[in-house]
Amino acid sequence: MGKTLFEKVWDAHTVRRMANGQTQLLIGTHLIHEVTSPQAFGMLRDLGLQVKYPHRTFATVDHIVPTDVQTEPFADNLAAEMIRELRRNAEEFGVTYFDLSSGKQGIVHVVGPEQGITQPGTTIACGDSHTATHGAFGAIAFGIGTTQVRDVLATQTMTMSKPKVRRINVTGRLRPGVYAKDVILHIIALLGAKGGIGYAYEYGGEVFDRFSMEERMTVCNMSIEGGARCGYVNPDAKTYEYLKGRPYSPKGADWDKAVAAWNAFATDDDAVFDDVVEIDAADIAPTVTWGISPDQGFSIEGYIPDPDKAASEAEAASIREALEYMKLAANAPIKGTKVDVAFLGSCTNGRLSDFREVAKYLPGHKVAAGVKAIAVPGSQIVDVLCRQEGIDKVFTEAGFEWRGAGCSMCLAMNPDKLVGDQLCASSSNRNFKGRQGSTTGRTVLMSPLMVAAAAVTGTVCDAREVFEVAELAGV
Amino acid sequence: MALAKITQVSGTAVHVPGSDIDTDRIIPARFMKCVTFDGLGEFLFYDVRKHLDGTEKAHPLNDPRFKGASILLSGVNFGCGSSREHAPQALYRYGFRAVIAESFAEIFFGNCTTLGIPCVTATTADIALLAARLEADPSLKVTVDVEKNRVFFGEENFTVHIPDSAREVLIAGHWDPIADLLEAAPTVEATAGRLDYMAR
Repeated sequence: MGKTLFEKVWDAHTVRRMANGQTQLLIGTHLIHEVTSPQAFGMLRDLGLQVKYPHRTFATVDHIVPTDVQTEPFADNLAAEMIRELRRNAEEFGVTYFDLSSGKQGIVHVVGPEQGITQPGTTIACGDSHTATHGAFGAIAFGIGTTQVRDVLATQTMTMSKPKVRRINVTGRLRPGVYAKDVILHIIALLGAKGGIGYAYEYGGEVFDRFSMEERMTVCNMSIEGGARCGYVNPDAKTYEYLKGRPYSPKGADWDKAVAAWNAFATDDDAVFDDVVEIDAADIAPTVTWGISPDQGFSIEGYIPDPDKAASEAEAASIREALEYMKLAANAPIKGTKVDVAFLGSCTNGRLSDFREVAKYLPGHKVAAGVKAIAVPGSQIVDVLCRQEGIDKVFTEAGFEWRGAGCSMCLAMNPDKLVGDQLCASSSNRNFKGRQGSTTGRTVLMSPLMVAAAAVTGTVCDAREVFEVAELAGV
Repeated sequence: MALAKITQVSGTAVHVPGSDIDTDRIIPARFMKCVTFDGLGEFLFYDVRKHLDGTEKAHPLNDPRFKGASILLSGVNFGCGSSREHAPQALYRYGFRAVIAESFAEIFFGNCTTLGIPCVTATTADIALLAARLEADPSLKVTVDVEKNRVFFGEENFTVHIPDSAREVLIAGHWDPIADLLEAAPTVEATAGRLDYMAR
């Protein structure tokens, strides 16, 4: 019987079975950032330990960096202290650090792939739940807590229970104006925010075969919103084409050897999954959320659910809580809901192709009066690439603010925050209460093009209508 | 490193109802601008407990009847979202030593176990029953028995579940795995030696 990529990578990285039945798993690549690592380094100091494999540990600063003025000193003393602490730790423990001055700084899940650090057949951990992003390359990648960051720093290993594997096949062809973001929002709405607990998600099918690496990253990124700690796509020619020539990719003879090894990690044709879900791409619409959990999402044509028609009392309570917070009325269409802020960026949708796709449609349109629209590249390199193509100008001419790289308004640990009960059309990944920096701020998750459409109309709307998305070759 | 053997947790309890209570709700991101976990307890559930002007909202943790509770009772998918360990650290520093819920998000569960906080699951009906008993008598002593997979209160009790891997490390006093992980260093090196990329 064949094996899944997950099983092969897991087996290759198994150090031993622990007394409690868990696995001590080797973590080949450890990514760290300023928010969840300082306490871990503090624990190392307390225990008198060193970083086991400093050359396999990579740091950057993303969560707290301002995106308007990125020169130091930062106005926020606490943020300044966190970045100083990361610098000190990286230097003292000999860890590679992509600082603001490096030209390579950015959101950790954008930087890893961009530098070629993210590779197939590897294990990757980071103190960040969106680490599953790296699974797009056929890596087993997942988020960990700070004590586990300590474990990985000190031992390059951690304890973990082996999850089951669910294959999610998306077959057929996506309709024009339907994107990778819609695919993952659809999957989460279908399987629920806790549907993936105990599973790793293997995404596949024709849609994933055709997807670019950046589109695969968008889907894998939000695995955790569906409860799955990691999600991945098997590596193929696109994966290798993306990686070839990147700074940390293997070179020369090592490259050919690596590709052969990577190919061998792909799931075997006769592998058996613990569960299989089939989705027809034609059933996926431009998808938006209406509530306060990422699984509270539906087609842009949808009507707000009615708690009185809920299947259970628990579901009714969830709907009521969401509608009260979102200030939305049951049975009303989501389309037409007033938008105050448009945010395009994050580790989900802050890559070159995200901005490039929107820039195809934005010329000739202006951000609606009263809407604040910000475009935040996921890394300094994404910023440079966009500028080289004039994409930044397309955005600024339309009335967007073009910002510096960082996590920004996805979680609002920097100055980019909603105010009061502003409603944000957002390309990020979470619509939790208060997520975007205001305790009453409201988030509607959607694809980058839908964010742009919301920005120019001032309402949640269907980008296909606003931009007359023609029968383009879909993905 | 000798750790306490956590076989049971006893104390008073408080019910914070709701499903999908995420770690942003447990500890809002702005309180993560810190380089230690000290002091996080006071910010636990901050935005659902406090108005912008700092005055208190109606919330179970603000109810004087439930002050000093060390066991938290909640709903489905507790701790979902961000991997921030700041969430269990805030719960611990506030005084919670065990959580009973219908289900837990995976990263949160792992973080709690590593801090020696048992997270046990119970049925909707059993949680509702205990919540009703707490409402009637907030001083009710509750015991989460990790070893026996049961929760005891008054004359009543019900079955709870915790994965064997977590129960074993809690009751054996191995919930912080660092000593065990360090012990395997030679095997770690051998495993790394078989993977080309570890040398790159």
